[in-house]
Amino acid sequence: MKRAGFSDRWLPVLFLLPQLTIIVIFFYWPAAHAVRSSFFLQDPFGFGETFVGIKNYTMLLDSASYLRAAWFTVIFVTLVTFLSLAIALLLAVKADKVIRGAKTYRTLLMWVYAVAPPVAGVIGLVLFDQSWGPIKDFVAQFGWDFRLGVNYFDTAFTLVVMSVWKQLPVNFIFFLSGLQSIPRSVREAALIDNRSAAGRFWDVTFPLLAPTGFFLLIINITYALFDTFGIFDTTFKGEPGNNPMTLVYKVYLDGFRGNDLGGSSAQSVILMVLVLALTIFQFRMVERRIHYT
Amino acid sequence: MKRLSIVSSLALMLASNAAFAETQITWWHAMGGALGETVNQIATDFNNSQDEYTITPVFKGSYEETLTAGIAAFRAGEQPNIMQVFDAGAATVIGAKGATIPVQDLLTQNGVAFDINDYISGVRYFYADADGKMIGMPFNSSSPIMYFNVDALAASGVEAPKTWEEFETTTAPALIEAGYIPLAQSHSPWIFVENFMSRHNLPFATNDNGYTGSDTQILVNSDEMKMHWTNVKEWLDEGKYAWYGASWDDNQAPFEEGKVAIWMGSSGSFGGLMQKDLPFEFSATYLPYWEEITTEPTQTFIGGASLFAMAGKSDEENAATAAFFEFLTSPEVQYMWHRETGYVPITTAAYELAKEDGHYDRFPAAEVGIQQLSLASGENTKGYRMGFYPQIRDVMNREFGRILTDETSVEAAFETIETEANELLSRFAMTQN
Repeated sequence: MKRAGFSDRWLPVLFLLPQLTIIVIFFYWPAAHAVRSSFFLQDPFGFGETFVGIKNYTMLLDSASYLRAAWFTVIFVTLVTFLSLAIALLLAVKADKVIRGAKTYRTLLMWVYAVAPPVAGVIGLVLFDQSWGPIKDFVAQFGWDFRLGVNYFDTAFTLVVMSVWKQLPVNFIFFLSGLQSIPRSVREAALIDNRSAAGRFWDVTFPLLAPTGFFLLIINITYALFDTFGIFDTTFKGEPGNNPMTLVYKVYLDGFRGNDLGGSSAQSVILMVLVLALTIFQFRMVERRIHYT
Repeated sequence: MKRLSIVSSLALMLASNAAFAETQITWWHAMGGALGETVNQIATDFNNSQDEYTITPVFKGSYEETLTAGIAAFRAGEQPNIMQVFDAGAATVIGAKGATIPVQDLLTQNGVAFDINDYISGVRYFYADADGKMIGMPFNSSSPIMYFNVDALAASGVEAPKTWEEFETTTAPALIEAGYIPLAQSHSPWIFVENFMSRHNLPFATNDNGYTGSDTQILVNSDEMKMHWTNVKEWLDEGKYAWYGASWDDNQAPFEEGKVAIWMGSSGSFGGLMQKDLPFEFSATYLPYWEEITTEPTQTFIGGASLFAMAGKSDEENAATAAFFEFLTSPEVQYMWHRETGYVPITTAAYELAKEDGHYDRFPAAEVGIQQLSLASGENTKGYRMGFYPQIRDVMNREFGRILTDETSVEAAFETIETEANELLSRFAMTQN
């Protein structure tokens, strides 16, 4: 057997060059720049800068508002990830059983995917608005004085609901195709062994969905961390005030609104490390625990 | 027929050549909606008024977005000729010496007569340096004023309050009695802090409110400030004041709906309120003051934004910018801008023109902003100059929101604001080395 290969050792490098160039210019160079900026305090126009060592980082750890945002981010990401995965799984299991009108039903569940996050934010504003939102009127009947943009909890509630709603279709599509790839024979065998539908689900279907579920878990964590920015931005109407915010939104506030390049670079570096850790965790898990068949 | 078309296409070519010979300049601004249309109108009028220069206005989003876009463009060497910068961003752009050409120098170098005393007093020094040289050209200048629902006040048998004591003891109870929410306001840092300081002639920061040095400390954690906010919180609890979050519009809407009787907004809100054809008569007057702090209230200073001439442009383009500034500050253009938008005219001549034309006989409320800016001045009424001020405003908005939703106390909130603001100021000072 002859192994296919390149005779010239520079040829593969040449083929890789366009891709490598793009990665270096658009990823490594800006990332290196951010790391450097995080050790300086810089005039926004680029006229002067002072080296401050790790002061930009220590300042963050001392800052009550940064820790508050970090804490909110943890809760927000956990809630959004858990709820959007759990609800999507439920919907997918139910949709998998539908026989008549299956396509219409599934399409209806998927169309939200086309809504961009800022638009989702606007829809949230319309639904939950503190003076004329229909949901505000609805919950008022139960004695809940709902005030978006005023009450911290109410605003957080709206942000979680809109973020989950926006993410459901993606999870739904993946779970549904995951379900449909489980071989018929396995299901039939399970049917003989166990009469309880719930039992069959937890013992057979759920473990077989694990690869899909794990992949979605990572996707959802990064979604909740980064892609929900548009929802936050539209909900705040340009004034963050005392509203809950994620770390990504804080990077934007300090960097783009406040022109504090050093401080927001330090925050970006922290996020980069977080993503790196998440990626390492993902690959480790893939290698060890999760078996894609 | 054929010959005619050749002639006309030749004429067209000549005309387009002539257009190319004009000096082109660009103007980045943050004026959306109806304001943006007026900006475009001014640009068109300027282009039609002469044939040497063409100005192109470009809408860049919010104030913050415009400033950030301008900074990024400057670093890439692609800056516009004119950039609009809002009040809170003034320290950033003025601190970056070499980013802009002081407007006073630009005008005198290009043979345009300039006398800072032509500008009304509340406008004159906000965008000036410590020596009183004008760096940015005040453009859309406004001041917070108190609007009120005339029908609501008449129904309650009260007049617009002159002092906060009067509001607390007389106005608010009567309005509540008549079924109204007495008070709302749209911008806590601007109205209840910055201009509160100016109205009572209280120092806002060390170093002459930040104008004469960069090692500035904020003086917000004062007895007067805490007294005011303690009262604001009490008013909220007693139903004398309503708060609808940090967003401007959410606080303005209940006034327009007739639920809130008194609303504090910008003198620049006047044009918008007029266009909305509200179901009640409204008018406006000065911001109230606390008699227990002062019996001689002073003027407020301008908010809004100014225009900066960016550095690094050719002499021809700078001449075009100077010509545009001359056009913009002419009494006719200022009066048109004032009439259409409600922003104050920045020169005495434009103010006189508006008076002569009978504008204030028709709309007395339109004059309140400029009158308030022309009240007695004091050592603390020309404005403030603090770096990273947009973030300091965000800190204030956050802590005020927390006071009003019972998450923190007035005492603790002002301590936090003081600490975080001073931290930001010292960080900004380090960026200036």
